[in-house]
Amino acid sequence: MSAETVATRTQVALDRHIPMGVARDTVAIVQRNLIAYRRVPQLLVFSTIQPVIFVVMFRYVFGGAIQASLPPSVPYVDYLMPGIFLQTVVFGAIATAIGLATDVKSGLMERFHALPMARSAVLSGRTLADTVRNVFVVALMMTVGFLVGWRIHTDVLGLLAGAGLVLLFGFSMSWIFATVGLAVGDPETAQAASFPVLAPLVFASSAFVPVETMPTWLQGFAAHQPVSVTASAVRALTLGGPAAADVLASIAWSIGLIAVFGTIAVRLYRRAV
Amino acid sequence: MSEPAILVEALSKRFGDLAALDGIDLQVEEGTIFGLLGPNGAGKTTAVRVLATILAPDGGRAEVLGRDVVREPAAVRRRIGLAGQYAAVDPNLTGRENLRMVGVLGQLPRAAIAPRAAELLERFSLSDAADRPLRTYSGGMRRRLDIAASLVPKPPVLFLDEPTTGLDLTSRNELWDMIRELVDEGTTVLLTTQYLEEADQLAERVAVIDGGLVIANDTPERLKADLGDTVVEMDFADEALAGRALALLEGDGLGSVEHEHRTVRVSSNRGAHVLVDVLRRFDGDGVEPDTLSVREPSLDDVFMALTGHKAVSDEIDEGEAR
Ligand SMILES: Nc1ncnc2c1ncn2[C@@H]1O[C@H](COP(=O)(O)OP(=O)(O)O)[C@@H](O)[C@H]1O
Ligand SMILES: [Mg+2]
Repeated sequence: MSAETVATRTQVALDRHIPMGVARDTVAIVQRNLIAYRRVPQLLVFSTIQPVIFVVMFRYVFGGAIQASLPPSVPYVDYLMPGIFLQTVVFGAIATAIGLATDVKSGLMERFHALPMARSAVLSGRTLADTVRNVFVVALMMTVGFLVGWRIHTDVLGLLAGAGLVLLFGFSMSWIFATVGLAVGDPETAQAASFPVLAPLVFASSAFVPVETMPTWLQGFAAHQPVSVTASAVRALTLGGPAAADVLASIAWSIGLIAVFGTIAVRLYRRAV
Repeated sequence: MSEPAILVEALSKRFGDLAALDGIDLQVEEGTIFGLLGPNGAGKTTAVRVLATILAPDGGRAEVLGRDVVREPAAVRRRIGLAGQYAAVDPNLTGRENLRMVGVLGQLPRAAIAPRAAELLERFSLSDAADRPLRTYSGGMRRRLDIAASLVPKPPVLFLDEPTTGLDLTSRNELWDMIRELVDEGTTVLLTTQYLEEADQLAERVAVIDGGLVIANDTPERLKADLGDTVVEMDFADEALAGRALALLEGDGLGSVEHEHRTVRVSSNRGAHVLVDVLRRFDGDGVEPDTLSVREPSLDDVFMALTGHKAVSDEIDEGEAR
């Protein structure tokens, strides 16, 4: 039997075989994206410096004023930190948009399209890598929080559950920004297009100040949008009090966003070359 | 004769109102190099993208090694390598990491990936730079790595979209040699180019495309002989001398001779031989041009002859950089 026949047979066998490599392909893409974070640390610095500045500013500059609108049993720093975690993952999701837009522009996406790889791996590899990055960034922000006096009123389980909600929410944000990145296909435009999407989410929310301090026309949106809902859930988990409703609402928001934007992003990926 | 490695019939692709491919037919024999020659915007990249299963065609059909690009895209992807017009590599990964990633995504068995990457790095003279991030590579090195990446899964059919555009002469010649080696080993190569010379150097057969249509399909020798002339152009000190030169050159055998002020132009399909003939006729008559230039047939000449219009090949190329 000649080498050629062997090669042909292998290929025929492969054609019949459903590619079992979804996990393997996804891991390869996750690795490649994480290497970029290691080699280009600016990408990480971008997503940590800003929240650190916000911690310092809100904790020490505005904190005194905002404390007045909180119950006396809740120090402002304990109210603030869950909001900071969410701000961190929302702003960090811009990296998903920029990363995918860069791959479209560089032609790498074209190479992926022509390879016999799992079609889902390019997008899920990107959003999962950004979630791994979020684990580090959120852990770092927790450390910063402890340094400025943040305390957990519940227990370590509450803290871990809160971190889980933040990461799940960050994952859903990555899918929104994956859509943005694929739609614009250019890293600079992706960055510019992302800000108007995330600014209202982060600032018209209860992340930094209680919704009750806002004008009534804004309160309806601010109280129910996903950043506020998740912030309330994480606060309930770390400050104590009834948490179930907010936790469920936050999970529902995240899963809903992943379903909707995951579908759109996959469509865009199929024709983004 | 065996079934062709690449078969394209009445293939069309539209972008809105624009027919990027307006019904093209091609056949590429296994183990040969096929050149797709055309100016910017001709439809070369679109044709490659359809063949590589990246774009779905609007009409006609295309097969790679007997597999239909629309109905069996996964099977096609397992048989092709693609090096697109712009080096599609990850600038943050090293050369070796890039090749290994393509090895995994190309579904090579785990144990085969590292040796294959090392082999290709060696072959493309990138071993020394193998563990440096690609950001530090020169344009020529990136291009070589890009082609190496397309070869990782040992594809029997390889698409190269303008592989030498932007390379210096040395890199270009090295790349030509590598492409020839691949074909000696049995790979089928479809390459696009804007340069008649490149198609002439490499390809057994060339299709000229323009405006999404194949306007010629032949061996490069026949294309050149039929269509492109070698032009010898001379400037003389004054019109009188130019007139004397014209008198010596006219008459049969030499090709067509034109005269304009102090300039005389001889066009011939006999290649460089025409220059020898021109000089022989001047010899002994004291007719000497001030300047003399020889221009080999170019893509522009081919286009002039085939379509009657010039090839619009402005190098700046907007939408395509995506
Ligand atoms: N994605 C696209 N959307 C719209 N028009 C396109 C797209 N890709 C190519 N075109 C157009 O199709 C024509 C053929 O392009 P292309 O195949 O890239 O030519 P070539 O590779 O020969 O330079 C050009 O007019 C180009 O502008
Ligand atoms: Mg092109």
